[in-house]
Amino acid sequence: MTRWRPPFPLVASWLGLLALLGLTVSLAYLPLGSFNAVAALGIGAIKAGIVAAVFMELWHRGPRTLVFASAGLFWLGILLWLGSMDFLTRT
Amino acid sequence: MPENRSFAMQFVSSRHRDEVAELGMWVFIATEVLLFGGLLLGYFVYRHAYPDAFAAGSRHTDIMIGVANTAILLTSSFLVACAVDALQTNARPICVALLGGAIILGLLFLGLKSVEYTTEYHEHFVPGVDFAFDGPLADGVQLFFVFYFVSTAIHALHMMIGIGVLATLALLLRKSASTRKRAALRSAALYWHFVDLVWIFLFALIYLPGRST
Repeated sequence: MTRWRPPFPLVASWLGLLALLGLTVSLAYLPLGSFNAVAALGIGAIKAGIVAAVFMELWHRGPRTLVFASAGLFWLGILLWLGSMDFLTRT
Repeated sequence: MPENRSFAMQFVSSRHRDEVAELGMWVFIATEVLLFGGLLLGYFVYRHAYPDAFAAGSRHTDIMIGVANTAILLTSSFLVACAVDALQTNARPICVALLGGAIILGLLFLGLKSVEYTTEYHEHFVPGVDFAFDGPLADGVQLFFVFYFVSTAIHALHMMIGIGVLATLALLLRKSASTRKRAALRSAALYWHFVDLVWIFLFALIYLPGRST
């Protein structure tokens, strides 16, 4: 059996994710007004980006896989955009 | 055509087969994104309509369990990513052990979630079963808890399926490894990481709002 050690990018991502979790919880308790929601979702998006790029190995994948992986996000964007239009603009 | 080759006739090589399997997994994940996307849209619409009630509902969730479960799930994802790497370097027993660790963390997540559900039941937060909340925000808080229970229950169902898939692969890999099992582990890992991704957003939407007021 070959000797195995956890690769540095995985360890760094894991520690980074835990640090971001600590940061997002701390920021949630500061009275920042509407920036609270922006911070929570923004840090969530950064965490999701780390998981997708490193854990899901998209960092090492070619354009074909990236197109397949972003298809879900593309349709999610349409769903959220068109779906919320009425509620955001209703007077 | 040789009888014992490990890939079907539409593929030119086993590598081709594995690449197609990975793309197929991404297509499946896209459908899952839209499943949770519908829930997200509902959440945003009602949070926009009842901002104070959603903040109040969020304050009544257990942030300690939420943070612990997020850390547990991020760590289990890390272990699964390590398991994929370990199998690539032919450290099969380590891969199986890492999968075992991820499964234990997954079970721990579900255990904490059930503790949380039990507490919320006793505090009368389960809409349709036993919901009671005083004050003018009651309707909005109830909508928040509808989202909370539906989204976390669907997420927990995904966790159970993921634990089953990881356990099956751990058992198969205990015996031997093959290119086919390596590809299966990659697909299973993608699924497990996706379940982690969903939780990252559920955590931000359920536990964090309204904490500063």
